[in-house]
Amino acid sequence: MTVRSTAARPVRPPAAAIPGGTPRPAGLRKRWLAAGVLAVLVALVAGVSLGPVSLPPGSVAVELLNLLPGVHLDSGLTAGETAIVTQLRLPRVVLGLLVGGLLALAGGAYQGVFRNPLADPYLLGVAAGAGLAVTVVIALGGVTDPLAGLPLTVPMAAFLGALGAVTMTYLLGAAGGRGRSPATLILAGVAVSAFFSAGQTYLLQRHSDSIQQVYSWLLGRLATAGWHDVLLVLPYFVLTAVVVLLHRRELDVLSVGDDEATGLGLHPQRSRYLLIAAASLGTAAAVSASGLIGFVGIIVPHTVRLLAGSSYRVILPLSMLFGGAFLALTDVVARTAAAPAEIPIGVVTALLGGPFFVLVLRTARRVLS
Amino acid sequence: MNRAGTGSAPAVEVRDLHVTLGGTPILTGVDLTVAAGEWVTVIGPNGAGKSTLLRAVGGLLPAGPAVTLCGTPLRAMRPRARARVVATVAQSPVVPAGMSVLDYVLLGRTPYIPPLGRESAADLAVVHEVLDRLDLAAFHGRELATLSGGERQRVFLARALAQGATLLLLDEPTSALDIGHQQEVLELVDQLRRAHGLTVLATMHDLSIAGEYADRLVLLADGRVVAEGPPAEVLTEELLATHYRARVRVLPGEHGPLVVPVRPH
Repeated sequence: MTVRSTAARPVRPPAAAIPGGTPRPAGLRKRWLAAGVLAVLVALVAGVSLGPVSLPPGSVAVELLNLLPGVHLDSGLTAGETAIVTQLRLPRVVLGLLVGGLLALAGGAYQGVFRNPLADPYLLGVAAGAGLAVTVVIALGGVTDPLAGLPLTVPMAAFLGALGAVTMTYLLGAAGGRGRSPATLILAGVAVSAFFSAGQTYLLQRHSDSIQQVYSWLLGRLATAGWHDVLLVLPYFVLTAVVVLLHRRELDVLSVGDDEATGLGLHPQRSRYLLIAAASLGTAAAVSASGLIGFVGIIVPHTVRLLAGSSYRVILPLSMLFGGAFLALTDVVARTAAAPAEIPIGVVTALLGGPFFVLVLRTARRVLS
Repeated sequence: MNRAGTGSAPAVEVRDLHVTLGGTPILTGVDLTVAAGEWVTVIGPNGAGKSTLLRAVGGLLPAGPAVTLCGTPLRAMRPRARARVVATVAQSPVVPAGMSVLDYVLLGRTPYIPPLGRESAADLAVVHEVLDRLDLAAFHGRELATLSGGERQRVFLARALAQGATLLLLDEPTSALDIGHQQEVLELVDQLRRAHGLTVLATMHDLSIAGEYADRLVLLADGRVVAEGPPAEVLTEELLATHYRARVRVLPGEHGPLVVPVRPH
């Protein structure tokens, strides 16, 4: 490229990139943050209102406000309807928000840590590792309900499986040496995924008595979610969110590569290990709570990147908000589209997410060019 | 921005530096001193260890006790403290997708921004000052990837300057540029060096240009220093024939000897 070629092209005036003219560094703009919070609130009200018994969204919103300390409003709902809101639907929606937020946040973090736009909990084999570990616990350990009884067994097993898988993927991907490309890592992830999935299939075949339990868990557990599940995921959510969000600026620095990041005074390896551990913990918590839900971890961060900006200071917090909203709304579709039957939520995320992402890709390209 | 080196200590002092990478010895006993405010350029054939030497001085390789920067052993510096003393422009820096010039130059303030915090108004002020000084103010909102090679090189330099370091390490700073942009970038570096008392340690392939800008040249071959001194003493037909296996003529020039390759018979 030469200066001449740049000058010959009709280039937007530089100030156009920053409305208002004052140069500001990349960061989360208030309107995007507001949009993210709004999406979560919409998902919350829609998720609680819609179902076999449809409730008026206005009354639901009032009922949700009543949950805040010191608020006592008349929602006009009967005691039975209030119970549906607070005991049945709300925990399910909240769990959807937490799981979706975790998967999208973990996906965004992996993409930054590996400097690879294709990285996500599924392609890296993390979810398969967690899945195998949970299958082992259910099939061999005789745990009947993944989240009952021994609350720490399943999440811990999932975490170890997730960490084991991401370590294997990283080592395999790094085996290519210095000349490795982004594709090497993804290929390694595919290999690790296949390996763990094969292990899982074998186990299930040998322990066919637990197939039912494992599958009902694999295909999404949001259906039976109660407050107990929410409380179980919450600490992992908080831990993952805090660690990942605190490192959002470091992820921007890491985008220039390890050498240059070291030159800028960072410990790239230290940040990387910490972020991998946090993202894997989040994935493991999401997987142990709700089974294998694909696509959220790659689609949501990319949509945010295309629409709101490529800085991790923007991608990570918005992925968390929009990821949560996306999964909670997907769950609405999962339980209403074929009512009274439920479609597994993982199926819906892929069915809706795929075309949606294509749409975003096409629109964003048009807007950007 | 404009801190001078600590007292009279040289900006860079390398004593008996050995570096082995993947079992292959790259540097075998290198000695090098760069005075504060000096411009020293390391030359040498491919594989001589020029980039490795720069990486070791920049703290990107474990260099043991061999390297001292401004009187402080490199080993004793924490990464953030080191990044305030020495700034490197890599040979082909990574261009992060979608990052604006402003954000890229702001990365240079990383050693001043609390590890989990955000940039201050003072950091932004430094960045704008550097952008102004390098004639980049109009580019601040542009995506780095859309700039031409010469503009990009200025942005890489701007990030290094935003680090506020007194020692600038430039690994082949002009290898991707045409001859006009080479001169533009090197003139700029020289102006900044004189105006702000910076010390420059560079590597270069073009020997004439290396000689025109550097106070001293260091000729590296097979992992050791084989000649060092003012350009006229290092750029001789004999030394270049021995260490580059090149047939050249050295002609007297306005700012230093000019090396012209001559086709062997």
